[in-house]
Amino acid sequence: MTTQIASQLSSGQLRRKRMALNLFIDAILIVFGLLMVLPLILLVANAFKTPAEMLSWPPSIIPENPTLENIEAVLSDTPLMLWIFNSFAFAILSALAISITSAIAGYLLAKFPSPIMSILFAIILATAIVPFEVYMIPLYFQAQSLGILNSLWGLLLGYLVMSFGIFLIRQNVVHSIPDELLEAARIDGAGEIWIFIRVVLPLLRGALGALFVLAFFQAWTAFAWPLIVATTKPSYTIEVGLALFQTGFTVDLGRLSAASAIVLVPSVTLFVLLRRNFVEGVASSGLKE
Amino acid sequence: MLKRRRLIFSLLAIAPVIAIFGYVRIFPIGEILRLSLHKWDILSKNKPFIGLANFQELLGDRLFQEALLNTSIIAFGVLLITVPLAMILAALIFYRTRSRFAGFYETTIFIPHVVSLVPAAMAWKWIFDARLGPLNALLSVFGIEPQAWLFDPTLSLISVIILCSWQALGYAVLIYLVGFKNLSKSLYEAAKLDGASGFQSFWHLSIPLLKPITLYVGVATLVSAFNVYAQVYVLASDAQGAPGRQVRVIVLDMLENTFRNYRVGYAASEAVVLLVIVLILTFIQFSLLREKGARK
Repeated sequence: MTTQIASQLSSGQLRRKRMALNLFIDAILIVFGLLMVLPLILLVANAFKTPAEMLSWPPSIIPENPTLENIEAVLSDTPLMLWIFNSFAFAILSALAISITSAIAGYLLAKFPSPIMSILFAIILATAIVPFEVYMIPLYFQAQSLGILNSLWGLLLGYLVMSFGIFLIRQNVVHSIPDELLEAARIDGAGEIWIFIRVVLPLLRGALGALFVLAFFQAWTAFAWPLIVATTKPSYTIEVGLALFQTGFTVDLGRLSAASAIVLVPSVTLFVLLRRNFVEGVASSGLKE
Repeated sequence: MLKRRRLIFSLLAIAPVIAIFGYVRIFPIGEILRLSLHKWDILSKNKPFIGLANFQELLGDRLFQEALLNTSIIAFGVLLITVPLAMILAALIFYRTRSRFAGFYETTIFIPHVVSLVPAAMAWKWIFDARLGPLNALLSVFGIEPQAWLFDPTLSLISVIILCSWQALGYAVLIYLVGFKNLSKSLYEAAKLDGASGFQSFWHLSIPLLKPITLYVGVATLVSAFNVYAQVYVLASDAQGAPGRQVRVIVLDMLENTFRNYRVGYAASEAVVLLVIVLILTFIQFSLLREKGARK
């Protein structure tokens, strides 16, 4: 009897101890998570502050006298909307190109084994290690000789294919599309292209979605390549436009924050909406082995 | 017959992709290797072969050495901050998977990794600002003298490391979370029955079991940090707005040699050094992984 009570007591204590621990860990993680986004929140807040309030300590998160002056000033000073459009068009077209090339190459590499395919796959894997920064200078001269500097096509040249994307789709085809399915379609008289479009692509929807989002953000945040390829004001991407804008003499903090906020808010929103896809894509990139 | 038709179809269908891939990847990689052995100053038509002279010059180039040293300090600094912190955070998040805030943790820690580099770097530039920044204001509350974060050579390196770690952390946490999810639960239950505390099973089970993930995250973090550029461009521009004056890194030095000094061959040899560093890191990763596989 007494032992029963004792054990009940200790299990109650244990549960309480456990709950306290969980609460403690939650508290740590919440504070850490807030600290991670605090710089961005403050930046967005600054966009709506008057110069005087920006200097006050501690920095306020909700501006006391919110003003749209900074945003109006930056929109009239710079072609910010054009830069955002350039980045958006670049990111969408790059994501499309990468999805298409990866789907085709990934499927063929997985389902049409031959010595040539093995060699091609080995080459694609080997070049995956080479960082973009290593070969971007020769690529720049290729863009120059094609006459596509300072254009969307010049930007795209660096972001048409992704070794990892080809690899990702190939792995997905190997794991999720059985040979029997393809054979059955062939026996029914389906052509190879019909099979690819009607049978294979629908089965790859999840993987291609993740790859598309990954490729979109890769181009959206690209910096070194757009910086050297797009050197005229109307062809800047938003990253390049902002980076050059912030080195200007006359630029004040309010305008910089306003410009940054205009860029950050839509891309963070987009990320929160597409988080699942993105996490899937990144997570699979860590499992290359 | 059927087999041959299928082979021909597959080769014809993959040809356009391989052509693009060859033009935008393989050709420029070959070019960088070739150019590194040549002298080419853009304006002149001929590019004489000069063997390893570019590399010999690199050995004595003070600016390049500075860039290599800074880049290495940044890369290893980011590694030392990111990997342990990411492992602990991932362990805590995994432990609280069923918490209603789990999505909040993942999202907030990951957001810095996806937001555009330049606006994010501008937020930190303001934080580090000597006169206007909240960091110095915060330090002064504790009676610490204001510091010139972005102008002092050592402090500006630290600032770049903080910014890069802040961005790299989300990716590392995400990969570790995948690792934790793949660990077998029964092992932890057995450890618990044997009376191991949460901390003990983290130290004696998670850390050794996650060694392949740690290797991957470590090398991925190092490789991307060796290519650091945008962060330095924004954070460390000097008073005249010249980027990277305070912190010279490899990519910056390479671009300067190409577009300011018109020495493309010389810049190519820097790119080759960067490539060799990345290859060595990848090789270390693979050989350590294989060693582990052999022991099994």
